[in-house]
Amino acid sequence: MERVTRHFDEELELLQQRLLSMGGLAEDRMADSVKAITHRDPVLVERILIGDEPINSLHIEIDDRCFKLLALHQPMAADLRAIVAAVKINTDLERVGDLAVNIAEAAKRYLQHPPVKPLIDIPRMGDIAQSMLRDALDAFVRRDTQLAESVLAADDTLDGLKTQIFRELLTFMLSEPSTIEPALDLILISRHLERIGDHATNIAEDVIFMVSARDVRHHIADHPSQS
Amino acid sequence: MSIAAPLPTVRPGQAAQEQPTKIDVRDLHFYYGVKRALESIDIKIQSNLVTAFIGPSGCGKSTFLRTLNRMNDIIPLTRVEGTVEIDGKNIYAPGVDVVQLRRHVGMVFQKSNPFPKSIYENVAYGLRINNLARSKAELADRVEESLRAAAIWEEVKDRLHESALSLSGGQQQRLCIARALAIRPEVLLMDEPASALDPIATQRIEELIYDLKKNYTIVIVTHNMQQAARVSDYTAFFWLGRLVEFGRTEKIFTAPAEKLTEDYVTGRCG
Repeated sequence: MERVTRHFDEELELLQQRLLSMGGLAEDRMADSVKAITHRDPVLVERILIGDEPINSLHIEIDDRCFKLLALHQPMAADLRAIVAAVKINTDLERVGDLAVNIAEAAKRYLQHPPVKPLIDIPRMGDIAQSMLRDALDAFVRRDTQLAESVLAADDTLDGLKTQIFRELLTFMLSEPSTIEPALDLILISRHLERIGDHATNIAEDVIFMVSARDVRHHIADHPSQS
Repeated sequence: MSIAAPLPTVRPGQAAQEQPTKIDVRDLHFYYGVKRALESIDIKIQSNLVTAFIGPSGCGKSTFLRTLNRMNDIIPLTRVEGTVEIDGKNIYAPGVDVVQLRRHVGMVFQKSNPFPKSIYENVAYGLRINNLARSKAELADRVEESLRAAAIWEEVKDRLHESALSLSGGQQQRLCIARALAIRPEVLLMDEPASALDPIATQRIEELIYDLKKNYTIVIVTHNMQQAARVSDYTAFFWLGRLVEFGRTEKIFTAPAEKLTEDYVTGRCG
């Protein structure tokens, strides 16, 4: 069968590159925010607090690209799913950028106190969230649903760690009231990291939808009435 | 205090209700001389829904449309194998009255083809030759009813006795639809009914198709995929004389099952 080279494919490729740039930025900022607190680095904290602009402008640019591709090319089937997925992934990545700022804000307050405890689970959560995000984006580039499924599975570990951190810090707060303020910030940070995992999960779900047209959100695939 | 009722769990793609089968085609082959133009077509077309046929030029979609009211019979050296049942009766069975068949299965063509007569006469003609009106008043009523059904009444009611050729392209096409509707067919076949029209006239035809499906079973051939996506409930994709995929329109255009369909609807082949 004759294949037709399409201008649309070039536009789609460009869109994908821009999404990956945004993903890279979001991933870096998220990793830096965790590093800032584990290394107790106030300079890094400040850098994160003022550095959200590139992600925000990419957010707008990517939305604009998607909007124009929808309007001008009226894509169908796989192309349509790719654009719809891009719109949603874009929003998730922008939220990851915002959460990195939220972590930096909590870190800034946390650094004003002596450490509550050596940080073990927070960096672990950071590593998991970061690899979830990276895998979700790799799955997007490679159209790899298996990798995307693995991201969904990793989310449970992250949720478990968040609960564990909360329980552990609760014991510190009960025994020593002066730790309440910094411990609350650590709980907040664990919550932000868990949310980043949720966004990575959303991206992985969008990848599965984009590649195989299966909607796996809210276990919808288990529903017998889905066509 | 009232509590909002839970939302019904209707999922996208399940909105259109299943309808009884109107046209049942089984193992249909069609030949122009020795050349096979259609190969082993099986399809069930549901009543009171719009079914669109899509596919590249020469894929057989218009040929197939014309097998549904035996319009191909007038082309020399053509041959049909298989069965086409409408309401359970094989239209290719010996002894079938083709004129009667075409009264039940009306057709609208790509190029509007009004008779060089008045607007009124264009619609009244079929009623007269079929003796479908018992009086002048009834004839006038049926003409008005058809022009209203084709959404052109308001534009022509004050000029019914002017020549149909004075109408614009879009109006002429709606007049042809009115003419087809006048004899109250059950099935309406449309072969690219809007391809020669501007976007506004096209939109009118599409709105009309949407309204008409309440009372008719509509089958439309179109090259315009957005049009198929907008107006139809079911879509059939043809390729080299074969029916590649047939399914709900939203499925064909969002997640087709066949790679060939995917390549065609995304413009990668054809």
